Amino acid sequence: MSLFNREAWHNGLWKQNPGLVQLLGLCPILAVSTTMVNAVSLGVATIVVMALANLGVAVLRNFIPYEIRIPVFILVIASLVTVVDLLFNAYLHELYLVLGIFIPLIVTNCIVLARIEAFAAKNNPLASTVDGIAQGVGLLWVLAVLGAMRELIGAGTVFGGIDLIVDGASAIRLLGDDYPGFLIAILPPGAFFALGCLIAAYNWLNARATQRKHTAPVATPDDAVAEA
Amino acid sequence: MSTAYTAARTSVRTAAILTLFALAFTAAMALTYQFTKPDIDAAVAEVKRKLIAEVLPPTAYDNPLLSDTVAVGATRELGLDEGGTVYRARRGGEPVALIVEARAPDGYGGAIDLIVAVRADGSLSGVRATQHKETPGLGDYIDPRKDPNKTAPWIGQFVGQSLDTVPAAQWQPRKDGGRFDSRAGATISARAVIAAVARALTWTAAHRERLFDARTGTHLDAPQGGPTQ
Repeated sequence: MSLFNREAWHNGLWKQNPGLVQLLGLCPILAVSTTMVNAVSLGVATIVVMALANLGVAVLRNFIPYEIRIPVFILVIASLVTVVDLLFNAYLHELYLVLGIFIPLIVTNCIVLARIEAFAAKNNPLASTVDGIAQGVGLLWVLAVLGAMRELIGAGTVFGGIDLIVDGASAIRLLGDDYPGFLIAILPPGAFFALGCLIAAYNWLNARATQRKHTAPVATPDDAVAEA
Repeated sequence: MSTAYTAARTSVRTAAILTLFALAFTAAMALTYQFTKPDIDAAVAEVKRKLIAEVLPPTAYDNPLLSDTVAVGATRELGLDEGGTVYRARRGGEPVALIVEARAPDGYGGAIDLIVAVRADGSLSGVRATQHKETPGLGDYIDPRKDPNKTAPWIGQFVGQSLDTVPAAQWQPRKDGGRFDSRAGATISARAVIAAVARALTWTAAHRERLFDARTGTHLDAPQGGPTQ
C-alpha cells in the first residue's frame, strides 16, 4: 500500500466517488457550491479532516471497543474539525471568514464517518490516510465542477471571490458583462439540478465504457457502478 | 443475575474507555485552543483595523482609534441587544468621526452586523457589513467583497449622505419610495441595511457630544460615579 495506490484513487475519484456515487456529502454540496472558490475551499478543508480522521481512527482501531465505536468515531471527527477550525481561524483567517459556518458542518458530512466505518476501522494507518485523501479529492473535484457550473450559469463568472484568497486576483467574466444572471442556479434547487446533470453524465460515461467492453473481443466483468 | 452483572460490567468498562477518549480529545482541543489563541486574537484585531480603514481613511485621524472607545449598553436604536463599541476618531484632539457598531435585525438571513462611520458634521464616511447570512450571490451584495459590481459597490452610495441630504422618511429603497438603490430580487437585504444606517445616524446625532466627551473606556449608559475629567 503506498500513497499512489491505484485502487484507492480509482475508488475515490471515480468508481466510489463520494459526491456522485455514494452521495454522502450532500450538505456541503448543496450549501457551498454556489461559487467555485467556496466549493474548492471547503473541499480542501474536508480533505484535511478526512485524512486526519482516517489516520486517527486507523491508529486507534485496536483500542476502540466495537460496541462504542460510533460515539468514539464521532468524538474523533468532532475534535479534529474543532482543531482544523481553530487552525484555519488562526492562520488562514480570511479563508476562515469565507467558509464561516461550513467548517463546523464538516462534522455532519456523512462521508467522513462513512469512510471511517467502511475503511479506516479495518485498515492500517497508511492505507486509511490514502483512502481519506483519495475520497476527499473525489469530493473536491465534484464540488469544484458543481461550483463552476452554478457560478457560470448563475452569475456568468468563474473564480468569483478569489480575491479573498489571493490578493488582487479577480473573477473571470466568461459570459460577457451584460449577462443578466440566472438566479435559480445559485439558489438551492440549482444545486440539485446541477448535481443531477453531473450524475447523469457520470452514468452515461460508465454505460458507454461498459458497452465498449462488451463489444470488445475480450469481455471483462461489468463493475455495475451505473446501478449505484 | 449474571446477565445484569455482565451488562453493568460492560457499561462501566465501555463508559470508562469512552471517558478516556473524551479526555484525550478534549485535551487535544484545549491545547490547540491555547496554542492558536494569540494568533486568532491578532487576526481578529487586524481584520477590525482593516475594516475601519475601509470606512474611515487612517490619514483622517491621529489618535489610537482602536483603544479610544466607549462601550454602549443595549441600544435599541442601534439594534444592539448586548451593547457594542463606539470608536472615536480625533485629529489634534478635535472630533473627526464616530464609528458605531449597529445591527439590522431584519435581513433576509437574520441579523446583519454593520459598522457605520459618521463624521463630526453628521455625514456618513462609510458603512460596511461585518457579519451577515444573506443569500450568497443574491442578497450578499451588501458586502462589497461579494458585490459583483466592484467599481461602484452598492454600499458606497451611503458615503457623504446625511440626514440633511436625505430626509429621514427617504431612507428606503427606491422600490419603497425612498432614495437608495437596491438590486433586483434582493430588496429585503437592502431595506434592512438602509433602515439600520438611518437609525444609527439619528442616534449618533442625538448623542454626538456625549460620545466624544465621555472618558475612554467608559460605559456610556452606566451611571457615572465619582468625579469625571
